[in-house]
Amino acid sequence: MSPLVCLLCCRKFELYSMAWNLKEDLRDCLVAAAPYGGPIALLKNNFRKEKSPGSRPLLEIYSASGVPLASVLWKSGQVVQLGWTASEDLLCIQEDGTVLIYNLFCEFKRHFSMGNEVLQNHVREAKVFHTEYGTGVAILTGAHRFSLATNIDDLKLRRMPEVPGLQKLPSCWAVLSQDRVTIVLLAVGQDLYLLDNTSCSVVTPPGISPHAGAYVQMAVSFNYCYLALFTDTGSIWMGTSSLKEKLGEFSCDFRAPPRQMVWCTRPRSKQRAVVAAWDRRLLVAGNSQECIQFVLDEDSYLVPELDGVRIFSRATHEFLHEIPEASEEIFKIASMAPGALLLEAQREYEKESQKADEYLREIKDQNLLSEAVRQCIEAAGYEHEPETQKSLLRAASFGKCFLDKFPPESFVRTCRDLRVLNAIRDYQIGIPLTFAQYKQLTIEVLLDRLVLRRLYPLAIRICEYLRLSEFQGVSRILAHWACYKVQQKDKSDEEVAHAINQKLGDTPGISYSEIAARAYDCGRTELAIKLLEYEPRSGEQVPLLLKMKKSQLALNKAIESGDTDLVYTVVLHLKNELNRGTFFMTLQKQPVALSLYRQFCKHQELETLKDLYNQDDDHQELGNFHVHSSYSSEKRIEGRVAALQNAVDEYYKAKNEFAAKATEDQIKLLRMQRRLQDDLDKPYVDYSLHDTVYGLILDGNHKRAEHLYRDFRVPDKRFWWLKIGALAEREDWEEMEKFSKSKKSPIGYLPFVEICMKHHNRHEARKYAARVTPEQRVKAHILVGELDQAADAAIEHKNETEMNLVLSKCTAATDSSVAEKINRAKAQSLKK
Amino acid sequence: MLLCLFLPQLPGKKDLFIEADLMSPLDRIANVSILKQHDVDKLYKVENKPIVSTSDQLCFLVRPRITNMKYVADIVNADKATGRSRKYKIIFSPQKFYTCELVLEEEGIYGDVTCDEWAFYLLPLDDDLLSMELPEFFRDYFLEGDQRWISTVARALQLLNSLFGPFTNTYGIGRCAKMVYEVWRELVEESEGDSQARRPEISHVFLMDRDVDYVTALCSQVVYEGLVDDTFRIKCGSVDFGPDVTSSDRSFKVLLNAQDKVFSEIRNEHFSNVFGFLSQKARNLQTQYDRRRGMDIKQIKNFVSQELKGLKQEHRLLSLHIGACESIMKKKTKQDFQELLKTEHSLLEGFDIRESTSYIEEHIDRQVSPSESLRLMCLLSVTENGLIPKDYRSLKTQYLQSYGPEHLLTFHNLKRIGLLTEQAPGETLTAVESKVSKLVTDRAAGKLTDAFNSLARKSNFRGISKKLGLIPRVDGEYNLKVPRDMAYVFSGAYVPLSCKIIEQVLERQGWLGLEEVVRLLNGNEFAPTEPVTEENPARETQRVILAVFLGGCTFSEISALRFLGKEKGYKFIFLTTAITSSARLMDAMLEAKV
Repeated sequence: MSPLVCLLCCRKFELYSMAWNLKEDLRDCLVAAAPYGGPIALLKNNFRKEKSPGSRPLLEIYSASGVPLASVLWKSGQVVQLGWTASEDLLCIQEDGTVLIYNLFCEFKRHFSMGNEVLQNHVREAKVFHTEYGTGVAILTGAHRFSLATNIDDLKLRRMPEVPGLQKLPSCWAVLSQDRVTIVLLAVGQDLYLLDNTSCSVVTPPGISPHAGAYVQMAVSFNYCYLALFTDTGSIWMGTSSLKEKLGEFSCDFRAPPRQMVWCTRPRSKQRAVVAAWDRRLLVAGNSQECIQFVLDEDSYLVPELDGVRIFSRATHEFLHEIPEASEEIFKIASMAPGALLLEAQREYEKESQKADEYLREIKDQNLLSEAVRQCIEAAGYEHEPETQKSLLRAASFGKCFLDKFPPESFVRTCRDLRVLNAIRDYQIGIPLTFAQYKQLTIEVLLDRLVLRRLYPLAIRICEYLRLSEFQGVSRILAHWACYKVQQKDKSDEEVAHAINQKLGDTPGISYSEIAARAYDCGRTELAIKLLEYEPRSGEQVPLLLKMKKSQLALNKAIESGDTDLVYTVVLHLKNELNRGTFFMTLQKQPVALSLYRQFCKHQELETLKDLYNQDDDHQELGNFHVHSSYSSEKRIEGRVAALQNAVDEYYKAKNEFAAKATEDQIKLLRMQRRLQDDLDKPYVDYSLHDTVYGLILDGNHKRAEHLYRDFRVPDKRFWWLKIGALAEREDWEEMEKFSKSKKSPIGYLPFVEICMKHHNRHEARKYAARVTPEQRVKAHILVGELDQAADAAIEHKNETEMNLVLSKCTAATDSSVAEKINRAKAQSLKK
Repeated sequence: MLLCLFLPQLPGKKDLFIEADLMSPLDRIANVSILKQHDVDKLYKVENKPIVSTSDQLCFLVRPRITNMKYVADIVNADKATGRSRKYKIIFSPQKFYTCELVLEEEGIYGDVTCDEWAFYLLPLDDDLLSMELPEFFRDYFLEGDQRWISTVARALQLLNSLFGPFTNTYGIGRCAKMVYEVWRELVEESEGDSQARRPEISHVFLMDRDVDYVTALCSQVVYEGLVDDTFRIKCGSVDFGPDVTSSDRSFKVLLNAQDKVFSEIRNEHFSNVFGFLSQKARNLQTQYDRRRGMDIKQIKNFVSQELKGLKQEHRLLSLHIGACESIMKKKTKQDFQELLKTEHSLLEGFDIRESTSYIEEHIDRQVSPSESLRLMCLLSVTENGLIPKDYRSLKTQYLQSYGPEHLLTFHNLKRIGLLTEQAPGETLTAVESKVSKLVTDRAAGKLTDAFNSLARKSNFRGISKKLGLIPRVDGEYNLKVPRDMAYVFSGAYVPLSCKIIEQVLERQGWLGLEEVVRLLNGNEFAPTEPVTEENPARETQRVILAVFLGGCTFSEISALRFLGKEKGYKFIFLTTAITSSARLMDAMLEAKV
C-alpha cells in the first residue's frame, strides 16, 4: 500500500483488517481501547433497556488486530464507562460508582468505590485518564458534581468544588493535568469553567471570536499540552491547554458536534492537527485553512496515541499520523533530498545500472552521504511495512559502504528494534506499536505486556535476541510463567512442580519461594511445599512455610540453614502457635532448636528453663540450675540452703553422687559460716572452705579451725600448708613451732623454711632447716642463706647437681672459701 | 571508619556506652579525639550499675547479647518511669541478631530505640595476623553449641576471598570448620557474578577448630610473645606494662607488632635466648651512641637530626622489653616455673603421671592460682584421655575446697566440652547425649549427635602424638638458639599438634596417609577434590596460606607456623576468632559469681 501523502502532511495506512467478525455496530457498544497499541474492550447489549436474562451484556476483549482474548457475561450493575489502566487492566465504572477491575483475560481482580456521594447521585459520565501519578478516574455525578481519583492504586477521592449555578450536565468536559495538578475543564453553553482543588473559575480562550457560539466538544492532547474546542457554529479553536495561547482556528461546514474529537500530534514536531469524527466523515484540521476529509464507510472509533491516531472500525484498523520529516524528504515526489537519492541509487544498483553511480556521486559531491544514510535509517523506523523498511535499510547499508567512519550503532539498533516491532505487530500478537511509542514505552514495559498476554515464548525470544541480562530478562519471564503455571488447576501438583523445575532449573534470579507463595495464594499448599524443595536458600523457604502453618517443616529447614536467627524466628513463632506441652514436645525432637531456646530462657525466662529440664527429666541440669540460683538469685541464707537442698535431690536423681555430696558439704559449710559470722561478728559466708579455715587460724580460732578440718575431712597436707601460711602471716612463731611438733609433718619441713623466709624470719627458718630430710637439706640451707652448711651437705651427699647448685649461688666476694671447698670436693670425686 | 557513619545519625551531643569487650578494638581504630569530633561527650563502659549520664542522647555500642539488651531496657524503662525523654541508639557489632530485637520488644522498648549494625569483622593486629575479636566464640560454640557466629566467620572469609582470593585450595578439620566452609561456599556462589578473574594472592586456606587441639593451647608458653601474653595479657595487639616493668610510677601502653623493631626480632624467640639478644642489642646501641665521639660538628648535626631519634626510640623499647623480661623472670621463678614446665612436659610425654598428679594436687592445695590449677587438671585429662575416677573426684574436691562450690558448674562445663573428664568406659554419655543418639534418623538431629560427640570427645592424644611424632626424640640438648623444628616453641619438648596437622596436610596436599590420625581426631576433615597445584612453578612467588583458627589460636602456634613458613618458604596469614591462651580458655569455662 502506498502512503497517502497530503498537503497537511498526514498519512493514513492500514494496520490490520480486523479479525473479530463483529455483528453489532460499534455505536451500540461501550468501547475502550488502550493506548500504545493496547487491547480493545467491548461491552455489548449495554444500552438495552429490557434486562432479560438472555440479553445480559457481554464483555469482550480483543487484541488490536481483533483477535479475541476473552469474554465474560456481565452480571454486575449498569456500566457507564470502560477504560484501561496504564498496566492494561480494564476498569468498568458502574452507575453506582463502583469500579471493577478486570485483567486482559476478563478475570476479575478487585473493585473499589468512588464514594457515597457518587453512590447516591449516580454516575452520569466518567473518564479514565493517565498522569505521572498513574491511572485516574473522573466522575460526573447526577448532582452535577465532579469526583476524582488521580491514582486508583493509591485511592484518594477528591470532590471538586461546585460550579455555581450549574443546573444541567455540562455539554462537554475534560480532565487536564498541569504542573502535577489535575483539574477539570467544563463547558456550559458559551461558558468555560476551570475546576481545581479549591475553586471554580470562569475562563475564556484567547482570541476566540465572540460569535463562536456554545462549546459542544473538546479534546485534550495526549501530553495534556493542547486543547481543542468545537462550537455549535462549526468553529474549532486550537490552543494550549493553559488557555494562554491560541494556535489556530478552523471553521468547518458541520455544525453537529463530532462523535469524537482527538489531537493528532507528534513529539518534537511543530505541526498540530485535530481529528474530528462524525458518523461517516473524518476531518483533519491543522492551523491552516485547509483540511483533509476522509469518508468513513462505517462506524469508527478513534484512539489517540503519542504520535498519531488509531482509527478502527468493524472491518479495519488504521493509523493516521503526521508524516515524519525524514519520510517526507525521501518519499516526496521528485525529492532531491540525499536520502531519496540514496534510495534511488541503491535501486539502480540492484538493477545493475550505472545510474547508481551517478546518484551516489551527486550525494557525495554535496558531501551529504552520511546525512543520506541517517535519513534512510530514521525513515525505516517510521515505516510499518517490512518491505519498505528493508529497502530503506538496504539503501542505508549501501551508503555506509562509501563512508569511512559512520558509527554503526544507530543502524544496528534500528535493525534490532524493527525486528522486535515487526514481531509484535504480527496479526497474531496484535500490538501495533510505532517506533516512537516503543521508545517511550521501553523494552521492559513491552516485555511486561507480553507476559501479561501470556506470550512467554515470544518474550523470552526477544530477551535472548536483545541479549538482555538473565536477571531482568529471561529469569523474570520464566518466573511469571511459573506463577501462571501454578494457577492451572487441571494439572496435578507433581506435574506442575516437575514442569516448572524442568523449565526453570537453576536459572539465576529465579525465586522458587515467590512461585510457591503464588501457589499457596491459589490454595495449593502441597504444590507450594513441592516448589519450596527447589529453593536453594533455606532462609527463603522458612517464612512461607510458617505462613502455611507447616511449622515443623519450617523448623527443619531453619536448622538445616545453620542460621540461628532463622531458628529463633521459627521457635518463637511455634511458642505462640502451640500450647506449652506440644511446644516442648516439638523442641525435644529438635535438639539444636532446644539448645537455642534454652539459652534464650536462661536470660529471659528462668522458670521456663526449669520446666524444660523437668520435662526432659534432666536432673543434672536441674541440679546445676539450683546451684546457680543459690548464689545468683537467692540472697538469704535460708533461701540459698533451700536451693542447694533442691540441687542435692536432683543430683541424687541424676546419680551424680559426687555433685550431691559436694553440695551437701556446701550446705553444711554455709550453716557453719553463718554461725561463725554470728559468733565472731566477721564475714565468713561466701568464702571457700580453705579460705574459711585460713581466716579462722589468722584470727587465732584454732579450735574452730581444727573442727572444720576434721568435719570436712580436709586432707592433712592442705591443712598443714594453710595453717603454716596463716600462722606465718600472723607471725605467731610460737604456735607454729608447737604445731610443727604436734606430729610428723606430712609436707616435710622445707615449706616451714620457705614460709619463714618469705616473712623474713631467718631465725625461725634455721630451726626448721635443721629438721628437713637429708635430700632437702641443701635446698633448705641455701634458702636460709647458709651456703657453707649447704656445701657441706652437698659434699656429704656426693651429689654433683647439688654441688653445682650451691656453687651457682656463691658470689666471688663473700663466698670464695665455700666455692673452693666445693671445687676441691668435685675434683676429689673425679679422681675416684 | 565505619563507626563514623553511625554517630552522625544521632546529631548533637551524645554519650557513648561501650561494652568492655569492644573497648580495645575500638581503641585500635578510633581514639577519643575522633569520637569527640563526632560530638561524643562522655564515654562510659557498659556495666551492671545505674548510669549517671545527663545527656539527652545515648548511644550504645554492644555485642548482640540478651544481657546487653536488658541493660539498655533497664535504662530506657527507668527514664520512662521518671518521665525523662532521650534518644537511644544501639549499634550492634558485628551484627544484629533476631533475639535482640525480640528482647527489646518483650521489654517494651522496641519503638524507643533505633538500631544499627557495625559490620566490624576483621581487625588487623599485625602484618600477618587478623583477629575477629570474638573471644566469646569459643564458649558460645564449643560449650553452648550455639552456631550464631558461623555465618559471621563465613562472611569474614568471603571478604578476604573477594579481596585476596579466589581461594583455590581449602582444607580443614573440625565440625565447625566444615560448617563455616559450607556457609562460605554458599556465599561465594551467591556472589559468583561479580568476581573477576585475577591472580589469587591467597591460594591456600586451612580451617581448624580449637577442639581439634586443646593440648597446645593448655601448655605454658615459653616463646617471648606468648610469655608476654601469659604474663601481662596482650589486648588487641597492645599491652600495658605496669610500674614494675617501666621502673617508674607510670604504666606504658605498648603496641606489639612488626613495627616495633626490637620486639619483632624477639617475639618468636624462645625465652632463654631473649635476654642474651637484648643485651647484645644494648651493646650495639651503645656503640651506635658512641660513634658520636670523634665526630666533627657537621657529623654531630647529622647524627642528632637523623639518627638520634631512631636510637632514642629503640632505646626506649629496649628498656621496656628488658623490664618486661625481668618482671617475667621474677614472677616465674617465684612459682617455680621450671618445676611447672617439667610437670607439663612429663604430662605431654606420658611419664610419671602419679608424680604429676600430686604436683597438681599440691598446686591446688596451696592456692597457687585458680586458673593455673584448672589448666593443669585439664592438661592431665586431655593427654590421658580423662582422669582415673579416684583422681577425678579428689582433685575436684580439693579444688572446690580451695575456690568455692560454684565451681561445681565450672566442672560441669569442662566435662561437657571434654576438657576435664573421667575415664569410665561405657558411662561417658550423659542423659542428653544418649537421648539424642536415639534420634539419629533425623537429619538435623544427626548433626547434633555429631555436635555432642565432639563436645565430649575423646582426645586420643597419646595415639595422635605417636602417629605424628609430636614428642621429638631427644639426642642431647635441644639447641633452642638454632631450632630444628616447631618443637622449639615448647623448649623442644613438644611439636604443637595443630601446627603439625597443617604442615602435614600442606605437604601431602590433602589427608591421604593421615587416615588414622583423622580417625583419632574424630574426622570432619575436608580437602579440595582436586588440589590446584601451582600452575607455574617457575614463577618464584611465595605460597601464601591463610590459617583460620575457630575458637582462637595462641601466640605459640603463630610463632611455630612462622617458623615453619620460614623453613618451607611459605607465608602464613592468620585469621582467628580471637587470640587465646590457656588462661583465656579457662576463664571462658568459669561459672563464677557475678
